[in-house]
Amino acid sequence: MRSLRIATLILVAAATPASAATQTSATTDRVARAASGMARLPAGSYRPLYAPGGASRVRVAGFALDREPVTRGEYLAFVARHPEWQRGRVRAVFADARYLAGWRDGLDAGDADALRQPVTEVSWFAARAYCASLGKRLPTVDEWEYAAAASERKADASADPSFRARLLALYGAMRGRSPGTARGFANAYGVRGMHGVVWEWTLDFNSVVLDDDSRATGSGADARDRHLYCASSSIGATDPADYPAFLRYAVRAGLGARSTTSTVGFRCAADVPVS
Amino acid sequence: MSLHIHRPKSHTVAQSLLALLVALIALLLTVSIAGCNRVADAALSGDLTAVPVRAPSTEIVGEEVAVLTEAPNVPAAITRTHATKVIVNLEVIEKPMRLADGVDYTMWTFGGTMPGRFIRVREGDQVELRLRNHHTSTVPHNIDLHAVTGPGGGAKSSLTMPGGESVFTFAALNPGLYVYHCATSPVPMHIANGMYGLILVEPKAGLPQVDREYYVMQSEFYTTGKFGEKGHQTLDMEKGVAEQPTYVVFNGAVGALTGDKALQAKVGERVRLFVGNGGPNLISSFHVIGEVFDNVYTEGGTVASQHNVQTTLVPAGGSAIVEYGVEKAGDLILVDHSIFRAFNKGALGMMHVSGEDNPKVFAAVKGIAGTH
Repeated sequence: MRSLRIATLILVAAATPASAATQTSATTDRVARAASGMARLPAGSYRPLYAPGGASRVRVAGFALDREPVTRGEYLAFVARHPEWQRGRVRAVFADARYLAGWRDGLDAGDADALRQPVTEVSWFAARAYCASLGKRLPTVDEWEYAAAASERKADASADPSFRARLLALYGAMRGRSPGTARGFANAYGVRGMHGVVWEWTLDFNSVVLDDDSRATGSGADARDRHLYCASSSIGATDPADYPAFLRYAVRAGLGARSTTSTVGFRCAADVPVS
Repeated sequence: MSLHIHRPKSHTVAQSLLALLVALIALLLTVSIAGCNRVADAALSGDLTAVPVRAPSTEIVGEEVAVLTEAPNVPAAITRTHATKVIVNLEVIEKPMRLADGVDYTMWTFGGTMPGRFIRVREGDQVELRLRNHHTSTVPHNIDLHAVTGPGGGAKSSLTMPGGESVFTFAALNPGLYVYHCATSPVPMHIANGMYGLILVEPKAGLPQVDREYYVMQSEFYTTGKFGEKGHQTLDMEKGVAEQPTYVVFNGAVGALTGDKALQAKVGERVRLFVGNGGPNLISSFHVIGEVFDNVYTEGGTVASQHNVQTTLVPAGGSAIVEYGVEKAGDLILVDHSIFRAFNKGALGMMHVSGEDNPKVFAAVKGIAGTH
């Protein structure tokens, strides 16, 4: 079931307007242009919720990440250039029926305030196409979590109980309000709004998924071989007290590549040119 | 000659073998048929010594939408005598609710109420559960009903993002009173935030007639502030892990069953309480001060397994049904008799009994303050 889902995603992704060819043909110059204005994150490591092969930390290469989530205004400019991504024109295989449902019209994303809000109600396909149109890509789960582990001062505050408590409060405050009313804090990398603004798409959001039933162990050779590290239960988790991480992983598990919801947006990442 | 003698001999051996084979088959058939009958009879007669392997109803007649109630109310007893398709519409809503006077908490609810809506179906019904997650929710949710025979009690098929809907069906195979709850990661957080309720699968023969039925569910809250600290409170994970709750309450709030919200009964009536325990951690020592339980259906099963009980245990993620007749006017007090919880954390409720005083049942004779 899950492998089918991933396989389908890859197949359909290959057929999207933002084809892999666009990315592979990107020149170093283009990558450099894309990365300008983005935050540069140095190579490092982080502690994933589910660690492959028993490693407690995963290495992450240096990369660039958007300082803020993509806004409605930016997304509007994208759909103006790429009509195939306008509401009403987008193919059903790429986004479900709620795609951009909060917009007034296909090319009307709302007033000036609305344009400054993070865009939501976008599918994984759409987010991926947006980033590709700028020579960027979605961050991987590893990259996203690595960037999100930072507090204002510490590069890795993920094990700090007070930081965790703060994240839980931020996530709780997301309830029922438009994403535009909060920008979140800027962390040690100069990246803002990783927590409590919107949940964000990642490139491989469903490569590490919790079982739909979040207590099954799912451990065993089969699961490990497929890198499906333990379906959600605390068994297999590197730290069963990291509730903010469990929440993020549960959100990813609840998404399909066509899903659009009012709480999920995205930001783009880019490779940093090797000098 | 030797051949002549040999032939009948071999014939006899073959015949004997055949007879033996026939006898064996007959024996096996007899045993298996008898076995089937015994299991089937056991399922019908309530014989507890045999374990039935249950089959869903072969005939489902009609369709209805379940009437779900807000605690302390319970849907009316089921009067139909056939199995039907029952549609249960549950919506998860996250919203700030009163936990105590001046204290609120963002409850994650099944149906916008605390505890979750009471579901009542009949043994043998085919239930279609439609779980929606309100679009203002922050996180995905699902549902595990302990009454469900199937993967994760339904949880595996019901992970639902904000704004989404999941649907699954199940056969109500086992009668009894069951807890349902959310089982999305991190599960303790979802339960600690209020995601539990009760589903009654009424036995085919129904429950004995009573005059009042109520829904009471105990649970704990782990807040960052101390008991009674005003303002909006959030989950204190460390208190949860340590199993040291700030609040222990009935029906989601301190005072949910006191004052003008007390349960009501009249002298001479028979009362049934469907008691659930959402946990997430504590076992309840459920007791009603001033009464004795005439019947207790231990752990929410279908047999009145004990009579004349003072205090009954209700496990976390479990239930009990208690029944009693009320013989005396006045206020009965519902408590978790782990008594600090009642005195200092909120585990107090009330049943107001009106009607005849009935001094032969009880009368204060001499003291500083008589009841009458």
